[in-house]
Amino acid sequence: MSAPDTADTTELSALLGKPWRKPAFVQRTWLRWTLILGFAAYLVAAYLTIEINWSRVYEGLERGKQFVLAFTNPDFVTRSGDIYAGMVESIIMTVAASVVGIAISIPIALGAARNVAPLPVYLICRSIIAVSRALQEIIVAILLVAIFGFGPLAGFLTLSFATIGFLAKLLAEDIESMDRVQAEAIRASGARWSQWINYGVQPQVMPRLIGLSIYRIDINFRESAILGLVGAGGIGATLNTSFDRYEYDTAAAILILIILVVMALEYLSGIIRARVQ
Amino acid sequence: MPVQDRNGQKIWQRRSGRESLMHWIMWLIGVAIFAYCWHQISQATTWFFVWDAPRIANDIWTRATPPKWEYITQLGKPIWDTLNIATLGTIIALFLAVPVAFLAARNTTPSALFIRPIALLIIVATRSINSLIWALLLIAIIGPGVFAGVIAIAIRSIGFCAKLLYEAIEEIDETQVEAITATGASRWQVMAYGIVPQIMPAFAGIAVFRWDINIRESTVLGLVGAGGIGLQLSSSLNVLAWPQVSLILLVILAAVVISEWVSAKVRGAII
Repeated sequence: MSAPDTADTTELSALLGKPWRKPAFVQRTWLRWTLILGFAAYLVAAYLTIEINWSRVYEGLERGKQFVLAFTNPDFVTRSGDIYAGMVESIIMTVAASVVGIAISIPIALGAARNVAPLPVYLICRSIIAVSRALQEIIVAILLVAIFGFGPLAGFLTLSFATIGFLAKLLAEDIESMDRVQAEAIRASGARWSQWINYGVQPQVMPRLIGLSIYRIDINFRESAILGLVGAGGIGATLNTSFDRYEYDTAAAILILIILVVMALEYLSGIIRARVQ
Repeated sequence: MPVQDRNGQKIWQRRSGRESLMHWIMWLIGVAIFAYCWHQISQATTWFFVWDAPRIANDIWTRATPPKWEYITQLGKPIWDTLNIATLGTIIALFLAVPVAFLAARNTTPSALFIRPIALLIIVATRSINSLIWALLLIAIIGPGVFAGVIAIAIRSIGFCAKLLYEAIEEIDETQVEAITATGASRWQVMAYGIVPQIMPAFAGIAVFRWDINIRESTVLGLVGAGGIGLQLSSSLNVLAWPQVSLILLVILAAVVISEWVSAKVRGAII
């Protein structure tokens, strides 16, 4: 019998007769205990520094109950003009920003794919993506509102800018993992660069591009609902006003509308993605 | 294959005549919709401000640089609050997301007809409303402060975590579950020994991923009064203290980059 086998047998005989125990998620004992203890210490520290005014929370529960009740009785009618205008503005911003954002992110995605673009272009496009991803929509919106003034233009620019970082990054990853053979076959037939992209690369990444675009439209709509908080147009301004005036029934109506649109978009994206794949 | 016959020479085309017509009509409709949207946006815009924008941008830039570095001493507590909002929010969300995910997954739900739609509704409703709106709502209910931020982040994250988790549960290997069931295990034992070990890596990955997103989101929650560094940002913006604003933006940027780095490292170690 060889040495490892003996080791196995001794290990086995040591375990025999003992009940089986579930193996731990983190194998190394010292690491597991460090993680657990560190986590517990953090929780205590965090709990001690957060001030919770329980009496205020208790008082607020009544209002919370009113708000939950408002969901059963939403008021679409009283502010229907404002709600309609806000929703339309949100949808318009979403559509325009998605179109522009997708149109800009396609060339940037090509530039950010190492197998398509030369190194200098690659670095420039990757840094554009990094900047766009690092800044949150709401902060960009604050700056753009300060620069371009109140209104949907600032929201439109914010969403376009945010779309670039999201879409270009994921599309570039897809281009980088494409099948080289097909692209090379097109090139071997004597195709120009543009034909190579159009017939060799594009058909391979098209399903992913469509799927990502629809997902991004969904995200853009959800984001457009908050841009109004900082004055960048859309339904957010109406929502904020209705919260400030404690008109919970109107707020509930707006939230229900947002949820419905998002659900419809998700359903639509499911159908379209199933069709292109 | 669509082939066009021109003077006896056959030319390959990508689409047949009918297909390309449809294609063009779709593009036309798309362009028309976009043109309409753009027209609406441009109607609602004061173009004078837009033409003036480069000057304003330049003005803000000169005011905002250099950042007021000594202000950083006052940012320690807000950053700690932001970290707490993100971390505690993620923990609470995970506790709530696990049962929702088990109720929503097709293979573990007790009733596909009644309970699954309710679980899916919870997922969609919490996911489609941004954490800023949840914060706005909770501030009206339980008052401004870090606690409202924690709860807002928690509610917003339930849908996200539960969705990814229930997809992971639906993709598990059924043979392992069957093996545990064959030993005579009860429903809870099947869950603990057949399902949980299989989704544990996915669960850890989701937790870290969501924590990273929550750090981003909690940096701006203060804009509506829910604590964290956003509170400093909004008060600095209100008094037009641009050097402070630029410093806060740099700190937020650093926090986002660090959290993304941490999450990438941890996910790399798990998977």
